[in-house]
Order: sequence, then C-alpha cells, then structure tokens
Amino acid sequence: MESMRQQWFGNIKGDVLAGMVVALALIPEAIAFSIIAGVDPMVGLYASFSISVVIAFVGGRPGMISAATGAMALLMITLVADYGLEYLLATTILTGILQVIFGLCNLARFMKFIPRSVMVGFVNALAILIFTSQLDHFVDETWIMYTLVALTLAIIYLLPLLTKIVPSTLIAIIAVTAIAISMNAGVRTVGDMGELTRTLPTFLLPNIPLNFETLTIIFPYALALTIVGLLESLLTASIVDDATNTESNKNKESRGQGIANIITGFFGGMAGCAMIGQSVINVKSGGSGRLSSLVAGVFLMFLIIVLGDVVVQIPMAALAGVMIMVSIGTFDWSSIKHITKIPLTDTAVMVVTVGTVLFTHNLAYGVLTGVVLSAIIFAAKISKIEVFSATSGDDQSRVYFVYGQLFFASVTEFITHFEFKEDLKEVTIDLTHSHLWDDSAVGALDKVKAKFEQNGTKVQYKGLNRESSELFDKIGGLGSGH
Amino acid sequence: MFKQLLVATDGSEHSKRSLEKTVEMVSNYKEQVTIDLLYVVGGQVSKADVLKYGDSDVASLKRKELMKDTEDYLKAEGIATKSIVLHGEPAPTIIEYANDHNYDCVIVGSRGKNQLQTMVLGSVSHKVVKYAKAPVLVVK
Repeated sequence: MESMRQQWFGNIKGDVLAGMVVALALIPEAIAFSIIAGVDPMVGLYASFSISVVIAFVGGRPGMISAATGAMALLMITLVADYGLEYLLATTILTGILQVIFGLCNLARFMKFIPRSVMVGFVNALAILIFTSQLDHFVDETWIMYTLVALTLAIIYLLPLLTKIVPSTLIAIIAVTAIAISMNAGVRTVGDMGELTRTLPTFLLPNIPLNFETLTIIFPYALALTIVGLLESLLTASIVDDATNTESNKNKESRGQGIANIITGFFGGMAGCAMIGQSVINVKSGGSGRLSSLVAGVFLMFLIIVLGDVVVQIPMAALAGVMIMVSIGTFDWSSIKHITKIPLTDTAVMVVTVGTVLFTHNLAYGVLTGVVLSAIIFAAKISKIEVFSATSGDDQSRVYFVYGQLFFASVTEFITHFEFKEDLKEVTIDLTHSHLWDDSAVGALDKVKAKFEQNGTKVQYKGLNRESSELFDKIGGLGSGH
Repeated sequence: MFKQLLVATDGSEHSKRSLEKTVEMVSNYKEQVTIDLLYVVGGQVSKADVLKYGDSDVASLKRKELMKDTEDYLKAEGIATKSIVLHGEPAPTIIEYANDHNYDCVIVGSRGKNQLQTMVLGSVSHKVVKYAKAPVLVVK
C-alpha cells in the first residue's frame, strides 16, 4: 500500500483537474437523485459535498468518487413520502453507524457470498429503476419538453466526438437551460421541485423523537441502505482497483463510507455511496488520488454558492436527459452480449434479481432473493449423487461405490440407490469419492445400515475421509434415530 | 526492415486477424523479429471485467491467460514476443507507449465498423495513425 503522502499528493495536477470535471458532472446527478428521493435539491447537493470531502480523508480507495447516488435515493422514496426529511437524516446517520460496524467487524469478506450473477442483476436493476424513475417527468408534457430531452441526449453523446475536455453532460445542461430561458418555454425547472439555498450546510440534530418507535421505522431502511451502499461501494472499489492497477483496503472503505454518512446526516444530507460512473469518469480524466475526491466536493459547493440562481432555472427535461444517460451507462450491456455463453441458471438468477427489484422497488430485496436462489440452485446442482455397485464372485457380498456430496439435499436420492432386499451376507459402502457434510448425511448412513441389518446383511463403510469420519464418529455415536 | 513491432490487441477475433497479418508480413525473416503485444484496458472494460470475474485480481489473471494464448502462437511461429497490459484510454495509451519505445512499426486492427459508425464514433486506429511517430499498419 502506498504511503498517505503518496495517496494525497502523488498526482496533484491530474487529481485537481479530474476533481473539477467530476464536480461538474456531479451537480446534475445530485439534483436529479434528490428529486427521485422526493427531497429538496440541496439535500443531495449537501450530501455530495460532504460525502466526497469526508471520504477523501477516511476512505480506503483513493481515486474513487462517492456522493449522493441513485441506488440509495431509490431506497428512500417511501420513507420520505411517509415520514419526511428529518427521518431521512436520522436514517442516514444510522446507516453510517451500521456501515462502521460492518467495517470494524471485517464483514467485507462476506461479499464473496454474493454471486456474480446477483451483482450483475443488481447493476442492471439499478439502471432500469433510474430510467423508469424519469418516466414521471414525461407525463402530460408538451413536445417542447420531449425535444429538450432529445437535444440533451444528442449533446451528451455527440459532443465527445469533438472534444472531451469539458464533460458533455455539463455542456448539454448549459445549452438546454440557455435555450429554455431565451425561448421563455415555460417548461418545469429545478426551482419548481424545491428550494435551493445558497448556504453552506450547518450541523443540526435531526428533529425526531428519540424512542423505540422511531428506531423501528428507520432501522429497516437503514439496513437496506447499508447493504446496498456497501455493495455498490465495494464493487466500485474493485473496478477502480482494476482501472488504476492498484490495491485498496475494503474494510477501511466500509468504515469510511460509514463515517461519511454519519457526518452527512448531521449536516442535512441524504445517505450516499460510491458511484461507478463518476469513478470511471474520474479515472478517465486522470484522477487517482485522495485529492481528486476532495476537489470534487469543494468545487461542487463553490459552484452551487456562486451559481445557485442559474441552477434553479435548469429545466427538468435536461436532468431527465442526464439521468437517461446515467442509466444507459450503468447497465452492464456485456451481460446481454454474453447471455448465450453463461450457464442458464446464472442468467435465471440475474433475471430474478432484476425482476424482484422491479417488483418491490427495493435493491436490497433483489440481492437477498438472488443470493437465496443461487444457494438453492447450488444445493440442487451439487446434490446429484451416483452409486455404482459390484458383487463378489460367490454372490455373498456387494460393494457400493458412492460418488458425490452427502448432505440434507442429497440423502433422499442416496437411499434409493440401495437394493435392501437382496440376499447377501455382507455389504461394503465405499465412500472414498464422497464427503459427509451434516447430520442428515450421518443419519442416512445409519438408515441404510439399519435397513440392511433388518434383512440380516452386515454393513461396513470404507474410505471415509478424515473430516467425514470425524463427523460420523461425533454424531453417529449419539445413535441418532433418523 | 521492420524488426521491432508493436501489435495492439484485445484478444478479440479481430485483433487475432491483425496479428496473423503481421506474422505474414515478417514471415521471410521472422527469426530476427520481436513482436510486443499491447493490451490496453479502458475504464468501461474494467467495469465489465470486474462484474464478469468478481474482482480485479481474477480479471488480471484472465487477461494474462488471454495474452498467453497469443504469445504461445507467436512462439510456435519462432518469433520472440512479450506482452504488456496497460490501463487507460486505449488510443492515447497506445500512442504514448509506442512513442516512448523505439518501434519500427505499430500494428492496429480496424474494427470493421460500417461507414456511418466510423464517421460518428471515430476510432482508435485513426488516432494511432495520426499521432504515432512510427509507421502504422491498420489491418482491415
């Protein structure tokens, strides 16, 4: 791991420039995500400022950008609608506390229990949700609005062919805002969605009753935010690891995300996490150190304080265009391209993950369903068991060779492979190519033995590996009556 | 004679073709030739690979395996070779690496896009032709 000094000042020029580019790209997204969550634009802007500044100091992955995100905003919609902003701030703080606990307990390693197909499903579902959340803005709108959205998208995708110095999203927003103002088009603007105060965030305690009832309201939201936030942050950290060819400290990153969210909650911001898209933009623009995240946050706040009057005049059409671009960029298109190459069950898990998210509007449920389904599919796949047998020349004894894993899901099939009625003196069960995993496995062996002995056939086991025979001795000795 | 060659590759069928053409080009004196293979991993590729393989270490391993096949092919042809994996925007990274090292020729594949795509999207090969100091061979 490089030294702190290297992480901060190893790439000053690249970090400062990339940080400014990221700040420009963050503004429209922070506003749009606030609107998705149902809060004033300032809540997302304060969050993006505070999270990126705090993460610069306490994060475990230099060069990664964290701020208010779509994944988190999507989880807050019902909380804000039912209970309001103060509860959201309290939830943000609780999310931070849970994330710090995750980091301290080294829970990042449990990420390995989330299969890749669930990860891909998560990313794709996120993209689809961001897209569908924009459809509301199109209801009952004029052709002017549609044209402005189309124009925004055209600028975003075509401008990079001419120049990549300024982020094309920013140019699109400036151009479309200028057109809307000069034409006096009367389309809805950011100002119509909520107030934009041009002040620095201040420290406040959320104004909520501190009792058990409050906790029961905010805890489920905080837990979902914790899981989704860490999931996206650690995934993004891996992507930045790869793009910069360096290592990162995942547990420190979990703790850092937590600290950032706690501080953000006290300063009136919504919970956030790392952003895949912005981090890729940062790395592409030359950012790789902690300074890039700090510059992004500070420059963003500076722009809002200076340009607040202009920001409220940004048409919603421009933001909708930016969000459509974000959703296209978030979707993992290679998962569609390679769909014929990966196993059908993996595709099924991915589709079910996406389906659950779209149905429940909750990314955490999607991940949970995907993990459970993967576990069931894995158990089903590995429960295939094969048994071959051969008799001795004198037809007095038979040897059964067992191939496969013996555990709760495979024992039923296992037992059907034996011919208990056969007239034999002795049966040998060769378990060299098998493994006993649990109580059910030992129980099944006992049952096989009992059935043979009812018929007067002696049973002996052979070839148990060390772990299996330890288990067998421990449980088998109890004479469990399965 | 072109002896020190740089071939930009991404392991795709298309880049295999440019490699085959390169081998064809030097087939008369191949024992004197060194072909360096350069694979540039862009930001979007990082994202797709990490999602596909789980983490950065596995993704790097897979890329090495990918390069290994190509290296083996060249070694079987009796050509000296080594692979370089770099991270960044493909075009500028290829150009920078090529210009920092003394190559006699740089070989890139053109992606076989249709005319409209080439006009609208621009291309890596186009930029390499423009900014690399060494002669550039674009394999169509």
